[in-house]
Amino acid sequence: MTTHNHKTLAALASGKEGKVVAFECGQGMSCRLESMGIRIGSVIKKMSAQSMRGPVTVKIGNTSLALGHGIASKITVEPLQ
Amino acid sequence: MRKLLLIGNPNVGKSVFFSRLTGTQVITSNYPGTTVEFTKGFAVFGKEEFEVIDVPGTYTLAPTCKAEEVACEILKKTVNEGDVIINVVDSTNLERNLTLTLELMEQSVPVIVALNMWDDTKHKGIKIDVEKLEEWLGVPVVTTAAVTGEGFAHLASRINEAKAPKVRPHTPQDRWKDIGSIIGKIQQLEHRHHTFFEFIQDLTINPVGGIVFAGMVAYAAFSVIRFIGEGLITYIAGPVFDKLWLPVLMKLSALMGSGGIVHDILIGKLFNGQIDYVQSFGVLSTALYVEFAMVLPYIIAFYFVLGILEDSGYLPRLAILMDNLMHRIGLHGFAIIPTLLAFGCNVPGILATRVLESKRERFIASTLISIGIPCAALQAMIIGVLGKHGIGPMLTVYCVLAFSWLILGFILNRLTPGFSPELLIEIPPYRLPQAIVLFKKTWWRIRQFIVEALPVVMGGVLVVNILYILGVFNTIAGLTAPVITGLLGLPKEAITPIVIGFLRKDIAVGMLVPLSLSIKQLIISCVVLSMFFPCVATFTIMWKELGWKDMAKATGIMIVSSIIAGGILNLIL
Repeated sequence: MTTHNHKTLAALASGKEGKVVAFECGQGMSCRLESMGIRIGSVIKKMSAQSMRGPVTVKIGNTSLALGHGIASKITVEPLQ
Repeated sequence: MRKLLLIGNPNVGKSVFFSRLTGTQVITSNYPGTTVEFTKGFAVFGKEEFEVIDVPGTYTLAPTCKAEEVACEILKKTVNEGDVIINVVDSTNLERNLTLTLELMEQSVPVIVALNMWDDTKHKGIKIDVEKLEEWLGVPVVTTAAVTGEGFAHLASRINEAKAPKVRPHTPQDRWKDIGSIIGKIQQLEHRHHTFFEFIQDLTINPVGGIVFAGMVAYAAFSVIRFIGEGLITYIAGPVFDKLWLPVLMKLSALMGSGGIVHDILIGKLFNGQIDYVQSFGVLSTALYVEFAMVLPYIIAFYFVLGILEDSGYLPRLAILMDNLMHRIGLHGFAIIPTLLAFGCNVPGILATRVLESKRERFIASTLISIGIPCAALQAMIIGVLGKHGIGPMLTVYCVLAFSWLILGFILNRLTPGFSPELLIEIPPYRLPQAIVLFKKTWWRIRQFIVEALPVVMGGVLVVNILYILGVFNTIAGLTAPVITGLLGLPKEAITPIVIGFLRKDIAVGMLVPLSLSIKQLIISCVVLSMFFPCVATFTIMWKELGWKDMAKATGIMIVSSIIAGGILNLIL
């Protein structure tokens, strides 16, 4: 699934936008991500990341979310210009 | 009686909505997961009275935590013929909120949609075509702003139009596709420039700036609490007790002949013929004084400041900053919110752990709260008793508690089977706390405190006095002397406050005063009292929330760790 320009959300630079192309989580977790707005194809903007593998904050439309580093590293995005 | 159920995503304002409909005060805040239990109230529309139920927020009807489970269970079990669901929707987050709306409609229950926070859409540059949305959904859609009451008359007039349209069951993918296409047709977004709140938003979750800001918030919070608490004691509570209440008590004392059993129970012992509020230990002297002149001022100050923090929306940001640390003790960042609530009273703190996903986290969080987090009443007394010896002894107690909380967290994280899920929360926008909401909430919490604490404190002092007269404590003191004197270095009478700590910790700390302890002994007994055993209210809620097995485990941990902490202090101080 990962091509050369695809990145995990954890690796995406703060301030950049990306389109979700894949996420691998347990069934329960992916359900919750989806209901909170993170789905294949949604465009998310990374707002910030805490140091030492801390949580990542993102914005989808008008919603801001905070995700643990582990969750963020299982979400693959295609960086947008 | 027909029921109205308020259902919606977390933090869309269901509880404000509920208060508005029923006039019943419930705690509302600006973070997801404030409501973890359902609350009932009543409202009259037209001539009909309805039972209104405030349901914890949920993103989907497939629950992912205990609070969401409560929501789904209510929906399954309590909805009868004729009941209506008011789906409270955050207008500024329409797309995500409508997912739940469709899920609800698939259940074939009558639904009416309230586009809440409608006032926010204007300054956020969001335009929604309400008529088109109503047409597409096939159920009534009304716009509301629960904080101001806008749109409620309209909502009331349309309750009976709620319909249960036939909606085919969707797969989640279908649902999002449908919603995506309708959103494109009914919603227009205008680009708005960065507002001041957005600047703060960026600063407070910045990895470096956020920590600095958090430090400033903590310092400001403590300063304001101290300022208000001390101010109330010095200028109001103290003078009232010294100038107004004391003469009344002295007259009463003289009437009863300044002695005797009833006198000792009601007024307490006299020192040089005078009542000493802290030491006399009568139901009408010490019990009232401790609650109203030592504890209540800090309770007021604490809940006022907590209310501001809750309503501003800062707490979820703090959760993000604390996530790293909290992971080391087997929790994730959001657990900081129940922990902060516990600084007021452990009971709502432990109840609030329902927002955590797993049983393991709830066990760890609850145990750590009851050991390491002193409630406001206990803290007020620790300040009252130790404060006059300078900042050092007080700081020692706080540091020992914080250290125990951390170490125990590390240990519990290692020893408790299972793993901790990761943080996944919605960050609400910042809002300016509304004065009226803030005052109502603070008042409600203060009243709750007085109603719950006062009878226990007065009853406790009564029982203690009777037990003293019967000499029961001498027997207990004899039995526990090896631990109390041998390990902790306290006089054997110190067992009495420790036992009374089970009733209430504030009055227990007050009982240390007549023992004329050294500063070292005061520090040790404050630490042991804080950690040793939860008060009866906390004990009951832990039992209810964790079950008796985990409760027993937690209690064992408390007793052992308090004796270890006290023993070590006895050796090194």
